Amino acid sequence: MSPRRSQTGGRVDRTRTIRFTFDGRPFTGHAGDTLASALLANGVTLFGRSFKYHRPRGVLTAGVDEPNALVTVLHGEVREPNIPATMLEIYDGLTVVSQNRFPTLAFDFGAANQLGGKLLGAGFYYKTFMGPVFGPLKGTRFWMFCEYFIRRAAGLGRAGIARDPARYERMNAFCDVLVVGSGPAGLVAAKATADNGARVILAELEPKFGGSANWSDETIDGMAAAEWASTMVRDLKARDNVRLLPRTTVWGYYDDNNMAALERVTDHKSAPGKGEPRHRHWSIWAGSVVLATGAFERPLVFPGNDRPGVMLASAAERYANEFGILPGQKVALFVNNDAAYRAASTLRKAGAEITAIVDARDEISAAAQEIAEGAGGELLRGHAVVATEGGKHVSGIKVQKFDLANGALSGEARHLDADCLLVSGGWSPVIHLASQAGLKPEWNETLQAFLPPKPTQNWVGAGAFNGRFTTAEALAEGVAAGLSAAGSIGRAEYAPEVEAPVLDPHPAPVFEIRAKGKAFVDLQHDVTADDVRLAYKEGFVSVEHLKRYTTLGMATDQGKTSNVPGIAIMADAQGRPISDVGTTRFRPPFAPVSLGALAAERYGEVKPERLTPMHDWHVENGATMYAAGLWHRPAIYGLAGETVEQAYVREAKTTREAAGIVDVSTLGKIAVQGPDAADFLDRVYTNMFSTLAVGKARYGLMLREDGIALDDGTTWRLGNDDFLMTTTTANAGKVMQHLEYLLDVVWPELKVQLTSVTDQWAGAAIAGPKAREILASCVTGTAVDNDTLPFMGIVHGEIAGAPVMICRLSFSGEMAFEVYSGAGHGVHVWEALIEAGKPYGMVCYGLEALGTMRIEKGHVTGAEIDGRTTARDLGLDWMLSKKKPFVGSMMMDREGLADVDRVRLVGVIALDNRPLNGGAHIVEDNEAAPRNSIGHITAVCYSPMLGKYIGLALVKGGKKRHGARAFVSDPLRNRFGPVEIVSNHFFDPEGKRMHG
Amino acid sequence: MLINCPYCGPRDLSEFSYQGDGNRTRPDPASTDQAEWNAYVYDRTNIAGDHNEIWQHAGGCRAHLRLTRNTLTHKITSVSFARDERHKKPHGHRRSGAHS
Repeated sequence: MSPRRSQTGGRVDRTRTIRFTFDGRPFTGHAGDTLASALLANGVTLFGRSFKYHRPRGVLTAGVDEPNALVTVLHGEVREPNIPATMLEIYDGLTVVSQNRFPTLAFDFGAANQLGGKLLGAGFYYKTFMGPVFGPLKGTRFWMFCEYFIRRAAGLGRAGIARDPARYERMNAFCDVLVVGSGPAGLVAAKATADNGARVILAELEPKFGGSANWSDETIDGMAAAEWASTMVRDLKARDNVRLLPRTTVWGYYDDNNMAALERVTDHKSAPGKGEPRHRHWSIWAGSVVLATGAFERPLVFPGNDRPGVMLASAAERYANEFGILPGQKVALFVNNDAAYRAASTLRKAGAEITAIVDARDEISAAAQEIAEGAGGELLRGHAVVATEGGKHVSGIKVQKFDLANGALSGEARHLDADCLLVSGGWSPVIHLASQAGLKPEWNETLQAFLPPKPTQNWVGAGAFNGRFTTAEALAEGVAAGLSAAGSIGRAEYAPEVEAPVLDPHPAPVFEIRAKGKAFVDLQHDVTADDVRLAYKEGFVSVEHLKRYTTLGMATDQGKTSNVPGIAIMADAQGRPISDVGTTRFRPPFAPVSLGALAAERYGEVKPERLTPMHDWHVENGATMYAAGLWHRPAIYGLAGETVEQAYVREAKTTREAAGIVDVSTLGKIAVQGPDAADFLDRVYTNMFSTLAVGKARYGLMLREDGIALDDGTTWRLGNDDFLMTTTTANAGKVMQHLEYLLDVVWPELKVQLTSVTDQWAGAAIAGPKAREILASCVTGTAVDNDTLPFMGIVHGEIAGAPVMICRLSFSGEMAFEVYSGAGHGVHVWEALIEAGKPYGMVCYGLEALGTMRIEKGHVTGAEIDGRTTARDLGLDWMLSKKKPFVGSMMMDREGLADVDRVRLVGVIALDNRPLNGGAHIVEDNEAAPRNSIGHITAVCYSPMLGKYIGLALVKGGKKRHGARAFVSDPLRNRFGPVEIVSNHFFDPEGKRMHG
Repeated sequence: MLINCPYCGPRDLSEFSYQGDGNRTRPDPASTDQAEWNAYVYDRTNIAGDHNEIWQHAGGCRAHLRLTRNTLTHKITSVSFARDERHKKPHGHRRSGAHS
């Protein structure tokens, strides 16, 4: 007989019918149903196939601890695999498919794996697929060949590849007290804290607050427990200082009481409401935390314990009381504790026949005895279930006499009829969060459970979480925990009364029945008791090794039902007490978390865009923009029909023949000001700045403390105590941080103020033989002739009425000026310069032409100052002052850095007149095989001045190789060919052009 | 993790950037003792327990802070401005300003 729905009872609303499909078959359920309860109500007990052996599996639990009944939810093309059916609320249109079966759930080819059961034990794949020691499949190649097929056969749900259209959200929240779990303990804890005026958040992973009160069938304060819980929730809801978060799993406990939680906002709805995200990630900063997370019932391990129809006793109680479902008609129990007897009376009351209660113990309490008699059926003390019978569903069980002292079985195995077997192996407190914020959990022999560790953060526990398994204890502890978390002392005014049968929850120390057949410890990963013993035999003695070798507890349920039985079996194999074996550390997340929620709005392009003041002008005037770090800069201003190369060659050539203008606003700019500014610059630059005259600029080089080059740029002395430092675009932030550290930590006595002014200035560099004439035609308030504005001189004037600062310096090697104006005047000044340049044939040039001209001049940038090169490597020895110490001065000449064999900056010319590639290796032999690299190319271009493809390169020996022939080797791009190594100063090495 | 910036108040870790071991002292700039420089640049204590660290409040006031942080528990037992510490040294000039 299959499970069925009773006429009354439970939280489901029988007047509302909900339609959904499972494996394409239409079903109906009611509002309040989970997929598990709705399918059970329809008589469905086969939910999926197991991970490795493809065994039929049903529902074991009624909550987040479910290892078996995992399904895939489909939203059109989007698949959400491995959702526990026990946590999935049904809604109209819900489409669910089962997992790990082919072609169908009922008839599955993969089930043949069971025949090879002995073979497929722990470590099977590692051992079998080592591969031969020679031949085409040697070593791991054999594994790689087989892996594809194995991965298809084993596993859980298949992830989708369609883009997830759902929206996710992140939220920060702050509270005095976060209460995790809303069972009786959590509810009264929240009330006690709220009564004290604390700001409280109460998080519950289920849709309904109340925890065990929703199904315990007890009486609290003269009301049915479920009704009492509803009253409490209404009371809390009405308060301003309480926030209730249903469907919210607190999954991580981080430093300073920062808790991570996942709220499933709309997973239970056909369509999200307006503005609702699918999931919301909560980052909750809590003054203190009350952990009232309850306990999970443990299954017992015996052969056939995975057959659909085997269910935890408490889960059956939940299905009966909360959902109005009978999980079976002829129900047997297999238990090791008194508390589980309550399930017998509950199911009896709901209309099931109790065929037998099999108890591993010889002695039971009078209360349990009384329940057993009331429930009817046989009471078999000192017995154990040694097998389940049936195909895809339990049809009967086999029992034998069992000796609790030594685990021995004796006598003939007896058959008993049953279509449902309820098991209870005791309770394990849910200590996951506590173990993330505490010391090692300790094994309690009386409770046969790991109890919460001593806290290392600010939390208190209450109720079953602490091993206080009765409701009366939980309520008392909840109130006390609430008061303590709120920082109050004294008695609570609220002390609810409980009426409930007194049943001892302490289990007998029995975890496994050793009989013939597969007995599963970890149902989700198909780890058997024999696998655990095999791991021990093969030398995996640590519980952490056991976990990794057998994958026990490593599935999506993270061993919620299997952790303690697994450890107990390991302890038994080792002949040590469980307390010596210990447990693995629970890590976040407590339950699976959607990556979407963690990313929230931060997906796709999340980088900020930095635009120069002239950005819109560039775009409107045909620039192709290029993302350089966060900045967007013109790459070329191409004309119709031009290739990139044609465009930059034209731009560079015109600049060298007449004039060109480029936007240099992106350069990092730092105002270095104060009486000690010059002294400070002497310390951070390799060359002298204190000797620089006011109104002049100087090129400077900085090293890191370890002697490697950090950055270069020009620094302008605007006043005696006022410098404007420029850095390369890419290193602006890094240099700022470097300087700030030195000033704040190393030399706080220096009176220097640093201000980042990158965004305050717009910069335009105008270069070429006509540059001075163009400037002269538009600048007022100052002359720009050689006497007034010599090389590296600075003048102040106006362009089109806007104040500007002009420095004569050159990156291109031409007569060139950098014109800086306030950022707000950037476009105005730029347009005036463009206008002034028209009669002289001035062009705009972009990064490509800029790069081309600097390569022709052999100047370095980030491609060469790459964090590995020294000043000497870059040919900048001349900048190293011998008159003063500076950052890096003592470290730059260490043995390794002074090695003559280091790569040095050189130029290369392609002798085959073909383009070179950055990153290509330089080799001495013309061979396709990449070997004996003597360096690599850092930057390349077509040089219009030389009429050749050239590049800069870092090559061993540097200068010594000038004039030598070598080869480029770039197997990735299949580019090989001869090059000539030359000086990096390709063009105008004497600098005649810029000095004019 | 929260860091209680003496200037801005308690702020999330994401606003700060780690700036290294606070136990090292930079040699006198004129020092030519290679071993001393090598120790400054490379030697770190790697303590399991209370550790003296420099953090910059990069997403806030940009001050450098000296923290005592337990590397096992992330518990921070003291926070002060790195700049103040140096000023307390006998040979440092005392500087007038917001943080002294």
